[in-house]
Amino acid sequence: MERKLTCIVCPLGCELRAEITDGKVQSVTGNTCPRGAKYAESEVVNPRRTVTSTVRCINGSVLPVKTDRAIPKEKMAECMKIINNTIVRLPICVGDVIIRDVFGANIVATQNK
Amino acid sequence: MYDVAVIGAGVAGGMIARRLSSFDLKVCILEREHDVAMGASRANSAIVHAGFDAKEGSLKAKLNVKGSEMMEKTAAELGVKYKRNGSLVIGFNEEDKKMLYELLHRGEVNGVRDLRIVEGEELFEIEPNLSKNVVCALYAPTGAIVCPYELNIAAVGNAMDNGAELKLDFEVEGISQIPGGYEICSGNEVVKSRFVINAAGIYSDEIAKMVGDNSFDVHPRRGEYILLDKECGNLVKTTVFRTPSKMGKGILVTPTVDGNLLLGPTSEDMTDKEGKSTSPDGLAKIIKEAGENVCGIPFNKTITSFCGLRAVGSTGDFIINTPVTGFINVAGIESPGLSASPAIAEYVVSLLERLGADLKPKADYNPQRAPMHAFRNANIAEKNEMIKRDKRYGRIICRCEEITEGEIISAIRTNPGARDLDGVKRRTRAQMGRCQGGFCSPQIVELISRELGIPYEEVTKSGGNSRINISKTKGGADI
Amino acid sequence: MTDMVIIGGGPAGMSAAIAAYESGVRDILIIERDTALGGILQQCIHNGFGLHRFGEELTGPEYAWRYEARVRELGIPVKLGTTVLDITPEKVITATNPEDGIFKIEARAVILAMGCRERPRGALNIAGSRPAGIYSAGTAQKYVNMKGYLPGKEIVILGSGDIGLIMARRMTLEGAKVKMVCELMPFSGGLARNIEQCLNDFDIPLRLSHTVVEIHGRERVEGVTVARVDENRKPISGTYEFVPCDTLLLSVGLIPENELTKKAGIELDPITNGPVVDENRETSVSGIFACGNVVRVHSLVDYVSEEAETAGKAAAKYILEEQ
Repeated sequence: MERKLTCIVCPLGCELRAEITDGKVQSVTGNTCPRGAKYAESEVVNPRRTVTSTVRCINGSVLPVKTDRAIPKEKMAECMKIINNTIVRLPICVGDVIIRDVFGANIVATQNK
Repeated sequence: MYDVAVIGAGVAGGMIARRLSSFDLKVCILEREHDVAMGASRANSAIVHAGFDAKEGSLKAKLNVKGSEMMEKTAAELGVKYKRNGSLVIGFNEEDKKMLYELLHRGEVNGVRDLRIVEGEELFEIEPNLSKNVVCALYAPTGAIVCPYELNIAAVGNAMDNGAELKLDFEVEGISQIPGGYEICSGNEVVKSRFVINAAGIYSDEIAKMVGDNSFDVHPRRGEYILLDKECGNLVKTTVFRTPSKMGKGILVTPTVDGNLLLGPTSEDMTDKEGKSTSPDGLAKIIKEAGENVCGIPFNKTITSFCGLRAVGSTGDFIINTPVTGFINVAGIESPGLSASPAIAEYVVSLLERLGADLKPKADYNPQRAPMHAFRNANIAEKNEMIKRDKRYGRIICRCEEITEGEIISAIRTNPGARDLDGVKRRTRAQMGRCQGGFCSPQIVELISRELGIPYEEVTKSGGNSRINISKTKGGADI
Repeated sequence: MTDMVIIGGGPAGMSAAIAAYESGVRDILIIERDTALGGILQQCIHNGFGLHRFGEELTGPEYAWRYEARVRELGIPVKLGTTVLDITPEKVITATNPEDGIFKIEARAVILAMGCRERPRGALNIAGSRPAGIYSAGTAQKYVNMKGYLPGKEIVILGSGDIGLIMARRMTLEGAKVKMVCELMPFSGGLARNIEQCLNDFDIPLRLSHTVVEIHGRERVEGVTVARVDENRKPISGTYEFVPCDTLLLSVGLIPENELTKKAGIELDPITNGPVVDENRETSVSGIFACGNVVRVHSLVDYVSEEAETAGKAAAKYILEEQ
């Protein structure tokens, strides 16, 4: 079976074709770089996404955050729930861990505040 | 018990209230909207007509010419911009020319000064960008432009400074006669007043019916406009009208006092008194006709389009009368209502006097209002003095129009204070530039929230259900 | 007299300042109207920045911080909360802030780095009413990402530029329902990967060759009429459809912020709407350089930084040769 994918690794957005047998990627074409092939393999088996959002701070403002690595795509909504239920104290620096181990990633601050 | 209740805080109601506030009277202004200047006074052609349009002998003619003469002084007292830029009614053929001579004659009978027909080279000297198809024009040097909502806001503000009260969100639902006056109801609120003035714009027929006066109707006539960037305001110097037809004065091309170029209005009779929508056909018509009148209009510099509803009375003239004792209609104030407004106020006061109102001049009446754009119009040294006194004048909020935090705070705190984004816009010009509030509205929402002590998400565009944000994104309401 | 004044402390301004400093100029001033450096990157909290420059995926604020940290390390002076009101061709800059009031600075060289702005609704002339609930995508981005407020619950987006796509995802993650993205052209102006991860991931339909012909609602948006357009981009009758929504986001393109450029008497390019620049990013006025989105709208911030370096170096050379 062939599956068409749009690579999201970089702004090029290559149109990939992945040849799949028994749920596994056998070969990838259309990619410009090796990361495209890797993306296709992951996307077919276990699609993952980096989530970016904000958390509420104790003073009422919001702080931008992200998952420090991609999490399973189907967990995004749950991840948002966890982020939305968190309130952080200030000050915070870029890279500080706000919430540990959310579906295998840490939620980290992306701004100084 | 008030002495006079004015229903409607448009430019007519505002001017009347201001005039009344010069006497020892207890005056209140009742307005259904969240702010003043929300009806026809908000969206119109912003023209002070010279007075050659209205039929000889009509109230429109009389009050237009008089109001136009009073306007310069009135605007100066109220601190709003006014510019006598003159107007041209252009003709394309012999038939138009005949009509222009009729207008000239009518204007002269009405008492308009300095009217004349211009042709050929002189015409293009006055207005070089006119279409080459124009053959003649009626030139009225006394025609002028003014910002209608600023005039309206300033009139209400000056009335308030002199003691008049303004009740917003007060939609009149019933009027009943009581001994010595009237009782006016809105929801649970009741206002009692000896005299009532009905200046309710497109709703003035409904208000009149509340006291049993079924003698006239008012219907809305839609006028759509296109506003172009300030780069384009120099394209014409005068206000350029087309030779009029049954449906009004056609599409005009005019600079505004703020230097934008304004095109419009369409003219379409409507039934819905709330239908302030622009239409694809209307906007197309403006573009077509304006382009026929003036060459080189850069339509790609459009910054917004909008729509106003004119209150067209069923009699063809202004309806200013006393149907029942103590009650005065000021209805059907369509064009040239803005131009006539100072004279309408005088006229209404004379009616009140005839009805027995005791008009004792107020000793400390002050006709002056601080200029609306004092900071904006100051020179750098003066501005720096103001910034030294109040640092907030050093912080630019609206980058397109260069409006500072100080000016916005002042607009919120000065009578009648802005309470929403549109209110700030009309008073300061913040959000009125090229980006139309894209950059600055989040900050202005913050200033309104802070100044009025309301939560950020409660701030509206224009009252009612027009909130800018509907909730916090997260983290609950108690933070 | 200041050697170099840089107008704008976003990615272009910071990168130009660093490059100029590293080329030997010491007397540099960055003027920024916001209360922090970083420009529009501060509200672009999504990832996807920096792959080209840093070989890793950063969010907007992280990308900005890399440059801000360097500006601080070098000790380059910055005036925050300061708006430039005017520049003359003689490079006299007039600016204002609460502390100094309105003041003038003479510069040997100026670098314009004011970025770009969104096209507003007026430029589109959509018919209908003017209720609350119509925002440019960038304005909505500021409300959601920086202020922490949600402008609406049921969203239609007109224009499939990247900001519109990014906001489709952001608003969805924050609990809103994005009903569709309409694009006038038969193709999207946004990156393929944004269509994939911002629309397809959330099953948001992209309606190509569609536009919004009318906005409905009195106080708040109650819906929009969308229609398919023909090859001349004219709405096709019979394809009109009412879509209930409380919010319309416009993502209909960006234009260079060229007000100051014009005031300085610089020649503009009618295609880009930005100044005409040479290979050193010098404008038609000698000693005034320009870089980043103020010149033309770039697809990637990485390219903005790169161009700003060119401008910073060239402006440094201009100053050092003059002395």
